[in-house]
This record gives sequence, structure tokens and C-alpha cells, in this order.
Amino acid sequence: MHDAAVDHPKLAAEFTRDKPRAHWHDATLWFVRHKRDKAAQSLPEWETLRETAGAIKAHTMAHLADYLEQFERAATRLGAHVHWAADGEEHNRIVLELLEQHAARRVVKSKSMLTEECHLNPFLEEHGIEVIDTDLGERIVQLAGTPPSHIVLPAIHLKKEDVGQLFHEHLGTTAGATDPKYLAEVARGHLRDKFMRADAGITGVNFAVAETGGLIVCTNEGNADLGVSLPKLHIASMGIEKLIPRAKDLGVFLRLLARSATGQPITTYSSHFHGPRPGGELHIVLVDNGRSELLGSDDFRRSLHCIRCGACMNTCPVYRRSGGFSYRSTVPGPIGSILAPARDPAKYHSLPFACSLCGSCTDVCPVKIDLHHQLLTWRGEIAREGHLPATKRIGMKLGRIVLARPWLYKLLGAWARRIVPRLPRILVYNRLNPWGRQRELPPFPRESFRDQYHRRHDKPRQDTDRHS
Amino acid sequence: MTSRDKILTAIRKARLPAADLPPLERDWITYPDPLEQFGEVLRQIGGAMVRVADRAELAHRLEELPVYRDARQALSLVEGAGRTTIDWHGIDDPHALETVDFAILPGQFGVAENGAVWVTDRGVRQRAIYFIVQHLALAISSASILHNMHQAYERLELGGAEFGAFIAGPSKTADIEQSLVVGAHGPRSMTVFCVDSAEPTPRFGV
Repeated sequence: MHDAAVDHPKLAAEFTRDKPRAHWHDATLWFVRHKRDKAAQSLPEWETLRETAGAIKAHTMAHLADYLEQFERAATRLGAHVHWAADGEEHNRIVLELLEQHAARRVVKSKSMLTEECHLNPFLEEHGIEVIDTDLGERIVQLAGTPPSHIVLPAIHLKKEDVGQLFHEHLGTTAGATDPKYLAEVARGHLRDKFMRADAGITGVNFAVAETGGLIVCTNEGNADLGVSLPKLHIASMGIEKLIPRAKDLGVFLRLLARSATGQPITTYSSHFHGPRPGGELHIVLVDNGRSELLGSDDFRRSLHCIRCGACMNTCPVYRRSGGFSYRSTVPGPIGSILAPARDPAKYHSLPFACSLCGSCTDVCPVKIDLHHQLLTWRGEIAREGHLPATKRIGMKLGRIVLARPWLYKLLGAWARRIVPRLPRILVYNRLNPWGRQRELPPFPRESFRDQYHRRHDKPRQDTDRHS
Repeated sequence: MTSRDKILTAIRKARLPAADLPPLERDWITYPDPLEQFGEVLRQIGGAMVRVADRAELAHRLEELPVYRDARQALSLVEGAGRTTIDWHGIDDPHALETVDFAILPGQFGVAENGAVWVTDRGVRQRAIYFIVQHLALAISSASILHNMHQAYERLELGGAEFGAFIAGPSKTADIEQSLVVGAHGPRSMTVFCVDSAEPTPRFGV
């Protein structure tokens, strides 16, 4: 069974219908991008850091199986339990079993795109377990009943009025109150209460160190730490690509992560978990869910280097103007448009086309993933696999026929210059010409480029010929 | 075949081109005055640095700190600095720390480039205290400030069963319309006392 294909242009059009809001979204993310630039420029070695990070990731991927085994040994030695999940379903089953073994009914969870990818929350809720997302942005979208629209800034699509309304309905804030300070204070009380009553804490993992068996979790709110330092059970879910070889490699990645994400020099909390806390239990779930397959692809392997900073989203002119939901994928934006089709090309075929190939994502990526090249490669792949919609397929085919035949191109050009300017408007600007929806054709020249070229260059040459 | 074997086999099948680990010994950034840089960055990220000559001045300056003065429940694990009003050693359940207003705890060292302080749970039995307390103060030696994160990891010896964290400023969020709010779920303030006197780090009070 296939899910319906995601129609990015259509979803983006819905987003841009509210023009002031779309402009606000664009400007807000550009502001974050700007903060990232300032942070990057504060370090003369920024480019060296990016190159070093990319090289560490490439090395890790080339030895991933060995490093995973090394990590498992080290983590086990520290008293952690390591579980392996081939896919999202198995991950969810493992988490549920652990929770049931500990009779945990109330769970607090810090930000984890992996658990979003596995749809852990609805699964646990079906089994009667309360899951509270504790990152404020994630809690907001959880109350709104939607997924996050951005991997670092989950509620970036919402205005404070929206948050005020949600909090009024769910947390009893004063009707019409929109002061972020007041709203965050109420959320603090609400979430601290949830922390106090939680039976278990689930976290994502930013980095795992093969050499030491340690996990590094980065937050600004301290929600991951509160979530796992109170209850006895800590479950950490991580994709197998989160591994790095040595502790000292963290120096490179922690310098890049927050600066790229929000322009901060480092997140407020960068916690290093080595084994469970005294009297507690630490379970680490290593999840594949398509990653090992992606590792085998020469074209798309480097997308596994991603450290989920979100910089490519903040800079992307398409993401900023179409919103995270237009991608209908856990990870949206440029990196999401590479990862999602790898999972399901039929469903996500429109995403690699939601890109102007401007290359800005590639310029800001802290681990130097060649994002726009991979997006272009995906387009060819999608065409080859036959996922292109008819309009694009026929258009491309006609284009190929015409462009491969100079005589035909010349002939059609001559006809177009003569006929199109005389056509009634409705024949040019209609449903068959989506290009013309918000654009006007330029005035048609009387002469083609080829005619002009011949007129200007052939003449003098004929003159010189005559002189010789 | 277990999932573990399945995953490892699939990875090994991929046969990737060899890639060497890059060198990490580079010309990383250093600052003319790391202590000043540390204080400036910490201020920018919402924290505060207080430089003191010795333990006596630390105790004195602590008394001047409103969040300490106003604290009903306080904890000090730094010898000779501040009062402890809770039965720290008797607390077996970290949930009991929810009501602590102020804690001053030892940090290991600071990092100039990002205003972070390294803390561990060595001698701090309930690590929850770093995150649950309303106002956090850390005491480090002024001479302990390192220039950058590479130096930090050179100094750290990770791998033992120990919890450690870089803490840089108070708990904060910008999740509501990108407006910065200090005091998300954790500490509402973070004060770092940098002590000039000879001892490398203030001793534990435990």
C-alpha cells in the first residue's frame, strides 16, 4: 500500500495564501540564518572546522560496523543496555517493552527526530502510555496536534497569538494573553509538574562516542536532563549514523552545532552520559530504519553525515517561503528532501523539485554535505524510476525532442515570435501554463538571437573576406 | 538472524571507500585574555561572571547576590561559601530537590570561546541539582579557563561511569516566536564565580 504522493507545490500554495504570515515566516528564519552567519564569522577556523567535521563523518561511515560494535562494548561495560532495531516498528516495540517492564505509565521525552520518524508517540499512546514532549516548541505542537514544522525550531510556524490560544485551551492561561514570558512561565510550571511525576525519560542523542560508550544530548532548556535525572529509567533512541569515533571529535561538532543552528556559541546544556546514573537504568536503542541501505548509495550516502542543525532549512528560499508542513516529512527542507525520497520515492517525488538549486544549503552545512548536488541527482533518479507527474514528463520529453533538433527549435522559435504576441490572452495564460500564473512573458523580439548574431558578426567577416 | 546481525551485515556490505581521520591538532582560536572573553560570552548568553580574589571574597560576594539572599532553601557544596539549609546527604530521591531555590556547586573549568563550565556528578550524588534548582552558581578557578573546546576535550578523561556536562548560562527558550525567555524549565540564572587564589578548584564540601 502506498501513501498518497506529497504535492509540494500545492501545499506550498496553501501556505503562501496568507501573505503577511508567509512573509513573517520567511523573515523570522532569515533572522536565524543571520545569527548563524555572525557566529560562524566569529571563528577564523570555521571552514577548517566544517572540513574536519565532514572528514570525521566520512571516516566513521567507512568503518561504521566496527565503531558500532566498539560503542556497544564500551556502553555495556559502563552498565548501559544496548538494543538494536532494524526499523521504526522494532524500535517502538523495544521502547514499549522497557516501559512495561518498569510499569511506566507517564513518560517525558526530549526532542528526538528519530522518535518522530518512528511515530513513537501515537504508538505508546495506543498502549495507554502518556508521552509528554518536554521541549517547549515540541510541547506546543503536541498540544496543537501537529508534527514539528522544523527540526530545531518545532513551532516556528506559529505566532505568539496561536501559542496563547493553545495555552488558554490546554493550560488555562488568560484568554488573549500573548506575552512570551508569561506563556513560557506557565509552561515551566506545567512541565516541571510532568517531570516530577514521570516514570521514565526518553531522549534523543546528538552524538554517541564509539571509544567511550558515551551519549551526548544538547538542549537549551535543560529538559533532557530534568527528564532523565529524576526517574530511574532512561531510554535513549539514536540512529546508527550518530556515532563519532573519539571523545575529542566532540570538540569539532559541539563548536559547529549550536552556531549553525541558532547562532549560539554552544547550547546551554551539553550533557555527556556514560552509563546509567547510580541506582538507575540506561537503555540505548540503535535504530537502522533505512540507514544501512542509504549507506550503500554512492550518490546519497553523505546525507547520513547530517547533525540535524537545521541551518539548511533556515537558509533555503523555498523552505522559508513554503513552511515545514509543505514537505509532509519528519525532516523537511533541503536535507529532508534528500532523506524522504530515499525512504519512499513514490510518495516524496516532488520534494527534490522544491529547490531552486541555489546552493545556499551546501554553503551553510556544517559538515559540508553537497545538498544541492544530491537534490539534482534525485531529480534524475525520480525521472528514471517513473515517478514524475505527467505534466513534467511530457514537458521534459517535448523539450528533449525540440532541443535535440536545431532546425525544429529554429522553426518553432520563428513561429512563436510571429504567433504568440497576436494570440488572445486566454490562450497563453491558462491552466496549461503554470509558469504564467504569477509571471508575464517578456515582450517577444522580432529577431531571434541567432538572427541578431549573424547580422552583427557575419557581416564584418564577409567584409574581411572580401579584402583578403 | 537478529536485528543486530542484520544491521551490521548490511553496513559491511556497503563497502565504502577508505577515509582517514583528519588531524585535530590545528591552530584553533585563542584569546589574549581568556578570563575576560569567558565573562563576556557568558554575559551575552544570559549568565554572569563574578571574579573574586579568594574564598573569603567569594563568601562575601555570594551574600550580595539577591537570588542567594532571598533563597529559602539553599545548598552549598563549595567549602566556605554559603549556607546549606537542606539535608543534602539524607536525600535519596532527587524529586526532593524540586524546592531548592539556590545552589552553589563546584565546576571543573571554563571555556572562553563559549562561556561553558564543565561539571560532573563526582561528589554530587544527585546530578538533578544542576538542572532542577531555581538559581545556579558555579565556582571555578580563574586559572582554569581554557581557550577552546579542543583544549577542553584534551583535558577531559571521559570513559568512566560518570556524568558530565557543559553548562553555558541559564536554562532558556526561544520557542515562542523566537522571543528569548530565560528560565525555561531549569535554573533561571547562572552565576559563575572565578576564584583567583592558588587552589585549582574550590574543594568539595562533601
